[in-house]
Amino acid sequence: MRNGMTILKSLAAALAGLVLATPALAASVTINGAGATFPYPVYSQWAYAYQKETGTQINYQSIGSGGGIKQIKAGTVDFGASDAPLEVEELKAGGLIQFPLVMGGVVPVLNVEGVKPGDLRLSPELLADIFLGKITKWDDPRIKAENPSLKLPAQGITPVYRSDGSGTTWIFTNYLTKVSPDWAKTVGNDKAVQWPAGVGGKGNEGVAAYVQRIKGAVGYVEYAYALQNKMSHVLLKNRAGSYVAPTAETFQAAAANADWASAPGYYVVLTDQPGKESWPITGASFILLHKEQRKADVAQAMLSFFDWCYRNGNQSALNLHYVPMPEKVVALVEATWAKEIRAGGQPVWKK
Amino acid sequence: MANSSRQAVDPSVPGTKIEVKRRNFDPAFRWLTVSCGLLLLLAVAGIFVELLRGSLPSLEKFGARFLVSQAWNPVTGDFGALSSIYGTLVSTAIAMVVAVPLSLIIALFLVELAPPRVSSLVGGAIELLAAIPSIIYGMWGLFVFAPFMADYVQPFLERVSGGFILFSGAPMGIGMLTAGLILALMILPFITSVTRDVFLMVPAVVKESAYGLGSTTWEVTRKVTIPYGSQGILGACFLGLGRAIGETMAVTFVIGNRHEVSLSLFAAANTIASTLANEFTEASEELYLSSLIELGLVLFLLTFLIQLAAQYWLKRTRRKMGAGQ
Repeated sequence: MRNGMTILKSLAAALAGLVLATPALAASVTINGAGATFPYPVYSQWAYAYQKETGTQINYQSIGSGGGIKQIKAGTVDFGASDAPLEVEELKAGGLIQFPLVMGGVVPVLNVEGVKPGDLRLSPELLADIFLGKITKWDDPRIKAENPSLKLPAQGITPVYRSDGSGTTWIFTNYLTKVSPDWAKTVGNDKAVQWPAGVGGKGNEGVAAYVQRIKGAVGYVEYAYALQNKMSHVLLKNRAGSYVAPTAETFQAAAANADWASAPGYYVVLTDQPGKESWPITGASFILLHKEQRKADVAQAMLSFFDWCYRNGNQSALNLHYVPMPEKVVALVEATWAKEIRAGGQPVWKK
Repeated sequence: MANSSRQAVDPSVPGTKIEVKRRNFDPAFRWLTVSCGLLLLLAVAGIFVELLRGSLPSLEKFGARFLVSQAWNPVTGDFGALSSIYGTLVSTAIAMVVAVPLSLIIALFLVELAPPRVSSLVGGAIELLAAIPSIIYGMWGLFVFAPFMADYVQPFLERVSGGFILFSGAPMGIGMLTAGLILALMILPFITSVTRDVFLMVPAVVKESAYGLGSTTWEVTRKVTIPYGSQGILGACFLGLGRAIGETMAVTFVIGNRHEVSLSLFAAANTIASTLANEFTEASEELYLSSLIELGLVLFLLTFLIQLAAQYWLKRTRRKMGAGQ
């Protein structure tokens, strides 16, 4: 019995020592995040580089935007990530703020014999009608009218969509809802919708695989997947009426023309933006944080990480075919941090 | 306890000392087995209650219409399970129709006809097939098998059947038929391996007697081996069925994931398991999530019903065989 007590006492002493020692090791804070799958490649690369530089460990689990939103609301993670922005009311109800961290583009890709990357021109109406199942053959007169010089086969069109709920689908259907009243009325905008026609592949890789296997298929994937798989992308007519190709420049043009300053809660959707150079199906990926942070040191470390991403992460983002946020937007976001995020009543961000 | 065992021993018998040291573990052993059995029951009951609780919002909203509605619209919040149930049943049926006869033939070959060395070689290969993870079947199905189906099998079927409704539509390579065939390939090793063991258990005396009476191999197989092992074969089939009905990854890869009931086996479809795999992560609205959980409940009940049917069938064959003897 006596022996047991001594062991307990020494254990308690050891524990106390550990607890006391923790503040001294502030550099080894661990930050947990969860959410969107679309930005996962760039987030994990940033986290890796940041840990090597500062020792702060960032765990990001790409469980999907829905899961990320649920977990940040429940307070089981330090930050959540979502491809679709939350509405201002939902942010208020959860005591959250959101801001965009990185951008990307969604690209329609196809597999039609004799059609090379950038050959096919599509207007927004044509794209919507193809996915609505109204245009069913590649040699439809309406497609021919847009592409007078292109030889199109008399092949059936198989639209390919994402079978899993995804931010990519949210961005794509958001665009179609904006440009086609028919689409808005019969299908709508969500992370998963009731597709009028076609087949579903799981994940970007699933859609890419289906489009490559099925003759006459047309699908939509993240820009990086279109590049990696060397898929045939289309030229899309934007709001200004010019045909643009999907590139980092045209994504950035879409973001530059967006009005971030006057959007409460950064609720900005980058689809169908004005500007001659703007790629019309562009989207940002958002970070969600609690306004009231429980631990000042974790909050501080977390914001330092996001700040580092904005300032030092651009090249790795571009390498992975994501698009960094414009500096103007970064300044806005950091001002919001200073104003809104608090721990124990004290502002956390003081730059 | 030690006391009672000492009393039970007759001191006049030699070896008493050993007997005294023996402890009676029976009560403890019984307690252990009963509690393990109860734990299993408790887990099943717990899963059922939790599924039921999770699907309450959807049960309230849709009621019985959930089972017969083809709608699956996350935007308007209108959900129905018909296409998923249909896809689950049809893909499993295709798998069974293909896999069961093939497995029986392979097992018979291994037991009755093959030389021992060939038998052990093929037997090992079959067990290896059973150990392949389902995602590998899925990827192989998508990258190798689906193009083969699209280029050769589907056009052939369409031509031969003369555009019969089951075999009509664009030959995409993915869809219900491909999923069913992949499932067949996946459950084949299970059914074969169990059936082979069943056939091996048929007493040699019985078979040799039949041969002695002048029966041919075919007659011995049909009249002795198969009837003798019929219960075991049924058991093997339901093992395969159980795996096919809940298979997730491989099906998700090749079925085309479409919430629509289509008579054509070339068309894209979905199953309960594939719908769950696809949509669970991003279902953030309550009704959407609840509908997915109700799908899980439907699968749970479906499996339960099949189990019941299997047991009923087993009992019937047992009775029939008893009457025949």
